[in-house]
Formats: sequence, C-alpha cells, structure tokens
Amino acid sequence: MWQERKADLVATMKLRRQSLAKGWYKYSRNPLSVLGLIVLVLIGTSAGLAPYITPYPAHAGAFTNFREAGQPPSWKHLFGTDRIGRDVFTRVIFGYRFSLLLGVVVLSLGVAPGVVLGLIAGYRRGTWVEIVIMRITDVFLAVPPLVLALAITAMLTPNLLNAMFAIALLWWPWYCRLVFAVASSLRNQFFVREAELCGASRAHILFREILPNCVAPILTKMTLDMGIVILLGASLSFVGLGAQPPTPCLGTMVADGAKRLPGEWWSTIFPALAIVLVILAFNLVGDGLRDVFAVEEV
Amino acid sequence: MPGDILSVDNLRKHFPTKEGVVRAVDGVSFSIAPGETFGLVGESGSGKTTTAQCIIGMYPPTSGDIWFKGERINAAFDRRPKHVKGDLRIVFQDPGSSLNPKRTIKQILSVPLQVHRIGSRRGRLARMKALLDMVELPADEYLYKHPQAIGGGERQMVALARALATNPSLVLLDEPTSALDVSVQAKIINLLIRLQKELDLTYLFITHDLSLMRNIATRVAIMYLGKLCEIAPTAEFFESPVHPYTRMLLSSIPVVSDEEEALKPRKVLSTGEIPSPVNVPPGCGFQSRCPEAADVCRRVDPEMVEVSRSHQVRCHRERRPDRAGHAEASVLHEREERLC
Repeated sequence: MWQERKADLVATMKLRRQSLAKGWYKYSRNPLSVLGLIVLVLIGTSAGLAPYITPYPAHAGAFTNFREAGQPPSWKHLFGTDRIGRDVFTRVIFGYRFSLLLGVVVLSLGVAPGVVLGLIAGYRRGTWVEIVIMRITDVFLAVPPLVLALAITAMLTPNLLNAMFAIALLWWPWYCRLVFAVASSLRNQFFVREAELCGASRAHILFREILPNCVAPILTKMTLDMGIVILLGASLSFVGLGAQPPTPCLGTMVADGAKRLPGEWWSTIFPALAIVLVILAFNLVGDGLRDVFAVEEV
Repeated sequence: MPGDILSVDNLRKHFPTKEGVVRAVDGVSFSIAPGETFGLVGESGSGKTTTAQCIIGMYPPTSGDIWFKGERINAAFDRRPKHVKGDLRIVFQDPGSSLNPKRTIKQILSVPLQVHRIGSRRGRLARMKALLDMVELPADEYLYKHPQAIGGGERQMVALARALATNPSLVLLDEPTSALDVSVQAKIINLLIRLQKELDLTYLFITHDLSLMRNIATRVAIMYLGKLCEIAPTAEFFESPVHPYTRMLLSSIPVVSDEEEALKPRKVLSTGEIPSPVNVPPGCGFQSRCPEAADVCRRVDPEMVEVSRSHQVRCHRERRPDRAGHAEASVLHEREERLC
C-alpha cells in the first residue's frame, strides 16, 4: 500500500516537472521575455536584500548629511545624492521594496474576490446572481480609478497601507469581468455538465473544473497589471497620498526631485527610470506567459 | 411496465425561442428492460439527444414522466436524489469537451468516486486503476496524463470509465462513436458489448448509424421530428419495417455487395429534409417527405399502434395482422370516413 502511494507521488511529481519543462521551453523561445525575467529576478533579490547590499542602508530612513547634499552621480554615489544628502541609489533599491510589496499585496487582495465573484457570476449566468454581481462590477468600472483612489486615500490617512487598500478596491472588477467571460463560456462545456450530472458540489465545479481553465488568463493579466499597479502607487505617492517621508518610495522621490529640475536631474531621473524598468520587465514577462499559455490553449 | 429499468411516458420538451416554440421532443413514450440495448435512431434535429438530456436531467421536461426503477425522476439534476445520479450515467458524444483539459485522468476519474463516497481514500487509487483496466487502457501510464495528450478513442474510453465508476445500471450513450475514427469505433463498440455482459449494464444507445444498431441493439426506435415512428426488436426492425420513413432509412444504408443489397427493402427514394421543429406541419410529421402520403396524413397525426407484440408503429398506412387481407386503399378509406 505504502509503495503504491509512493509510486503515485513520484508519477505526479514527474507530471509536474514535465509540464514545467514544457512551459519553460515555450517561454524561453522569446529572448525578451527571458531578459524581462532576469531583470525582475535581479530587482526582486536586490529589493529583498536591500539592507545588506546597498552601500548606505542608513540613508533609507530619516538621515541627513547636508555636507553631501545635491551631489551629482559619482563612484561614491552612483545615482548622486538628494537635497538632504541621502544616496539616491540606496533609496531606489529600498523604493523597489515598497513598490513590489504594493503590487503583490494589491493583487492578492484584489484578485481573489474578483475571481470568486467572476466564477459565481459566470456559472450562474442568466440568473439574478449574475445581474447583481455584474452590475456592481460595472459601477466600480465606471469610476476613473485614479480619482477613486485619490478620494479613498484622502478620506483615510494617507499612508502606504491605505494606498494599497484603495487600489485593491479598484482592482477586483477587472478580474471579475475577465473570469466572468471565461467561466460563462465554460459553463456549457460538457465537462462541467458531466460534473453537475454526477452530483459534484458547486464548490467543486467552480474551483476544480472551471477555475483551472481560468488560471492562464488570470496569471497573464496579473503580471501585466503589476506594472500598472506600481505606476498607480507611484502616482499616489507623487501627489503625496501614498507612502509618507521618510519612507523611500519611488513616486515620492520623483516628486521631491521634480522641484529641483533641471539642476539636480539625477534625484528625479533615476527613480523615474527605476519605475520604467520594473514596469517594462513585468510587461515582458507577461508577454512571455501569454505565449506559454496561448500555445497550450490551441 | 413493472420490471422496466427506465420508462418514458409521453415526454415533451419544448424550447421557447424568438422564432417560436421549438418542439424538440413532442410526445415520446418507450420503456427499456434490464439488460437491453435500446437503440434510439434519428437524423440530426430529430430530438434524440434532447430526449437523452431530459432523461439524464440536464433540464426538466415540459411535460410527461420519466420513471427510473419505479422512481419518478422528472426534475433536473439539481433536484434529483444522489443515488439516481450514480445509477444513471451518460457518455457524451465528444470526449474532447466532456473531459476537462486542465485535469489529469486521475483527477477526472476521482470525481465520481469522491462524490459518491466509493472506496476509502486509499482504495480509490486501486479502483481508478481497475476502471482503466476495464476499458483496456494501461493504468499506470494513463492515470497521469492530460486528456489532450491521448487520442480521441482513448479519451472516449476514459469518459466511459468515468461513467462506470459509480457502478451504474443504466448508461446513456449519446452518439459515443460518431466523433471518432472508423477504426476506433469498432474498438469502442466491442468494449461496450463486453462491458455490458460483464457488468450487467443496460444501454440507451443514441445514434444516427442504423447499421451499427443491427449489431448491438436488442430493440430499435426511430425518431422523427420529436416523435417516435416505429419501435421494434432489432431483427424484426430490419426484416419487416413498416413505417415508410424506416424503409427510406434502411434502403439508404450504403452497402458494398449485391447480397447485402438484396437484403434491403425495395428502394425508397429519400427526398427532402426534416422540417423545422419550430413550425411542425399539421398531420403526420413525415407527410411532406412520405412517398405514400394520403390525404388523411396531411390532416391527422397518427397514433402509435401495435403491429405485433413489441412492434409499434405510428402511421396511417400500418396494416394490422387481422386486416392483412384488406386492400390498403380500403383501410385508408375506412379511416377517412370515420374521421369525417
């Protein structure tokens, strides 16, 4: 009996490995996607290890050194220093921490309810359940996202947590719509019918039969959305409704530096480039994932 | 009839659409005895699949009754008792869409076992292997494959294994071979015959392939425009068909040799197409294509009558044994008079 379980486990692991290997093969066909992934891994690890690898970890907080304020880029300060003498390179790396955290938290808060509601609405298409869920979704989609995020964060105390909350509140309707479209087309597939006729529970049909078929578009959209969420977070910070000083945040840094343009260009340009780089990387990875799943779909 | 495993009584299923009411199934009655293979044959649009989908419970019938082992099961699947769902199973036409492409065969087969609480958590693996063995697939290999990694015939075998997982007594086969290669069809059919013997199964076999029915059905029913035309035991059905539609179908089976040609009823030219079930013509549904249509056929829909025991037909021109001597015309004339 034990041996049988072991054989079962080995075979299951082998299957996982095979499908991973197949996916990676398709992904690696596109060199740009691979480049995006490398950049993302570099950004991720350096952000994670920021206190250990940055040259001046103390500069991430409320640190001042007016003697070195406003220095242009040099070997000592790769991206120069800001108006109170903090190393911009260090702060960019720390800024990534909060941007990535924002992206991950917002998407994990926003995607789950969106997906669940979309599954329910799609499966129960044509009933009042669908009408209620989808009309609420429409209401949320009708409000311009940045305006609503501004309103929410202005109403609450402006800090990183509330910014995450505000953006997450804006994000679920998109996933609801996406999953609704897939689920309502899968609903009439015979494998769903078969599960119903067999007597499987609603939860089984939604999460075991329909959801696995939605994973590909969800994952692709998530990677593409990461960039947008980071940008939105930076925008909130730019107008002062995101992370508050002295927390290093890319949006805040761009805003601070912008006051000193064009003279001290480095304290604006480098954080801005950092935002561009991470968004670009996420988009490249998203394209790669799309390739992987699209081929599999055919 | 008591003792029947399934009995369908005056089943109707109408679908309201923008163009009007589609009378997909319009008064169908038949019953199936245990161990039978009941062939339900008809061309596309005749309502045979709708009949099966009503029986399996994909939607409730508009009217009429479905009895399964003495239990009335008119409701759709969500209102049916669980034991009926396990005892009455279906195999769909296209295994490409009836197996979830994102789940392994092991996951697919485990669903009915989990839902109907068959076997212990550990015993299920053995049961799944036994099921794959039963449909002649190498278990250790196929358990860990996705449906798209195997061939069409193999997929249909997996679908069959899934249907058998709950030890059903009646299996509805909705054109199980028509999406497959001819070479694979024979394999599936042989498998079905073998499993029926081994597991004491009863089949309701839905198909448009009449020659297939000759080999595996015990009784055959012909469906046309939502109604049954003729029900007969297989031998009688092929040797002495009564309904003009049956004769038309039988004479249009393609054959290769002269001997086979000689076995067929005299050529009845097949003309026209099945009318739209939205506006069913008055009278007999078949009259627009019937080479023998008389006046009465255009006005009155015939009733199902017994030609002999277990052979029923729904046609004005039917000759009962006790009237064998009468001329056809006089029978018709008599009827017309009665109707006037």
